[in-house]
Amino acid sequence: MPEARGRGRGGAVTLIAWQVGVGAAVLGIWQAAASAGLIDPFFVSRPADIARRVGQWVVSGTIWPHLAVTLEEALLAFVIGVVLGVACGFTLARLPRVSQVLNPYIRLLNALPRVVLAPIFLLWFGLGIWSKVVLGVTLVFFVVFFNTYQGVRDVDRVLVDNARMLGASESDLIRHVFGPSALTWIFSSLHTSIGFAIVGAVVGEYLGASRGIGYVISQAQGTFDTTGVFAGMAVLSIVVVIVGYGVSKLERWLLRWKT
Amino acid sequence: MSGADPGRPAIVLRGVSRDFETPGGATYCAVRDVSLAVAPGAFVSIVGPTGCGKSTLLNLVAGLLAPTAGQVEIGGVPLAGLNRRATYMFQQDALLPWKSVLDNVGLGLVFAGRPRDEARQAARAWLDRIGLAPFADRFPAQLSGGMRKRVAMAQNWAMDRDILLMDEPFSALDVHTRQAMETELLTLWTGSSKTVVFVTHDLEEAIALADEVIVISAGPASRVVARHVVPLARPRDLVDIRTMAAFNDLYGTIWASLRGEVLKSREAGQAGGVDA
Ligand SMILES: Nc1ncnc2c1ncn2[C@@H]1O[C@H](COP(=O)(O)OP(=O)(O)O)[C@@H](O)[C@H]1O
Ligand SMILES: [Mg+2]
Repeated sequence: MPEARGRGRGGAVTLIAWQVGVGAAVLGIWQAAASAGLIDPFFVSRPADIARRVGQWVVSGTIWPHLAVTLEEALLAFVIGVVLGVACGFTLARLPRVSQVLNPYIRLLNALPRVVLAPIFLLWFGLGIWSKVVLGVTLVFFVVFFNTYQGVRDVDRVLVDNARMLGASESDLIRHVFGPSALTWIFSSLHTSIGFAIVGAVVGEYLGASRGIGYVISQAQGTFDTTGVFAGMAVLSIVVVIVGYGVSKLERWLLRWKT
Repeated sequence: MSGADPGRPAIVLRGVSRDFETPGGATYCAVRDVSLAVAPGAFVSIVGPTGCGKSTLLNLVAGLLAPTAGQVEIGGVPLAGLNRRATYMFQQDALLPWKSVLDNVGLGLVFAGRPRDEARQAARAWLDRIGLAPFADRFPAQLSGGMRKRVAMAQNWAMDRDILLMDEPFSALDVHTRQAMETELLTLWTGSSKTVVFVTHDLEEAIALADEVIVISAGPASRVVARHVVPLARPRDLVDIRTMAAFNDLYGTIWASLRGEVLKSREAGQAGGVDA
């Protein structure tokens, strides 16, 4: 936001103070209400308990193998989904006829609720990581595909004409014109697709796995251990926030020409 | 590129027409049966009411559009596909927003297969020449409109092609910036033996810059109404030229042929017209 930027460092510090404050207030009210018996900790646990559980997991090291599996699945789903999405997005955007023919089918597939496919993927690809990866790919692919397609189609005609008059070949156009334009769209969807990659992994693990954060959550749920469920979700949230921060930094650098 | 070949015209249009499909399915004829020749090394202006098909003509010469009928010849060779002997300065901003000023200027050289460093070196020389060297690392969004036009001009001139097509390149600029750009263009062109086709809706600008002014009729089915040679001496001082008697006489003469077309185009409900 321009105003926040305009106020400089002081504005940024104030902003962070507010952001932390809101979080602390919500957690404080939650803690107080649960301790005072206004809400039943059996159902919602307590922030302090959740923090303690996360701390135990980290100190004892039991969480790391699970987190590693989940991140491996998410990373694979993300990379495969992005590569396929970008490739298909570019191809269809440059071949309007083909894209017209395939259009209804793409919409059909995208409208399909992918999460209900999870049990089928378990059947097809087994209880190992690949059923989770495939589920994640089906989620990531469409987000990236639509954004790439839009990014390529969205390029101003005059930029393309100018580049062609300057002697650009089709591969020059993709590299210097369509690619960078699509990148802005792909980046705007990257936070969503990272989230989807993790959702795919966790949902898959939740339904059938022997490792992973989704498995940890599902085990905790099986024993009505709400603290364990929330602690699992807390670990995931922290990971997503850290990854998102990295992506934002990269985005700011790659899109620095946008002022 | 070998510059001018005085033997034959640089550009020839032979009975060129161009139709467009309208959204309703009908055919709209933008230009009909246009024939003209431009001598190598000449500076020619095209004027006409808004929507009369000036950009269409330029696109035909650029090879961005194919004629529905007739033929375009460049240096005596029929044009098929893009015109590789011409650069095109568009009315809208056409710089790549994600590339620095330096890389935008060197863009055509990179497309031509020159190594990146070499392209940058050549681009830097052009930036020096147009006084934008301190802005080499900026992005287009960080420049003023006039500076962006200057960069676009360097981008085109760096290609060193024989023919320069320019579509109302300075129409979005304020009067002073525009005059500075016009002067800069004439300085670059003088002695370059490049052929310039300069489209404008501003008759003063057309006369001040060109050797010849071509007047196009109001659409649809526009054609060439008149061609006027501009006998003003070069080099020209663009600040004073507009006060010269010869300039004003010529303005009166050309305006007489243009006036009717502007009125027709207004009657036809077309927005705008020609700056008088
Ligand atoms: N791609 C197109 N499709 C349909 N009509 C077009 C197209 N390009 C131009 N025209 C029509 O052709 C006429 C001439 O357009 P143009 O060459 O842009 O005029 P000018 O540059 O003189 O203002 C206009 O009426 C315009 O609506
Ligand atoms: Mg035009």
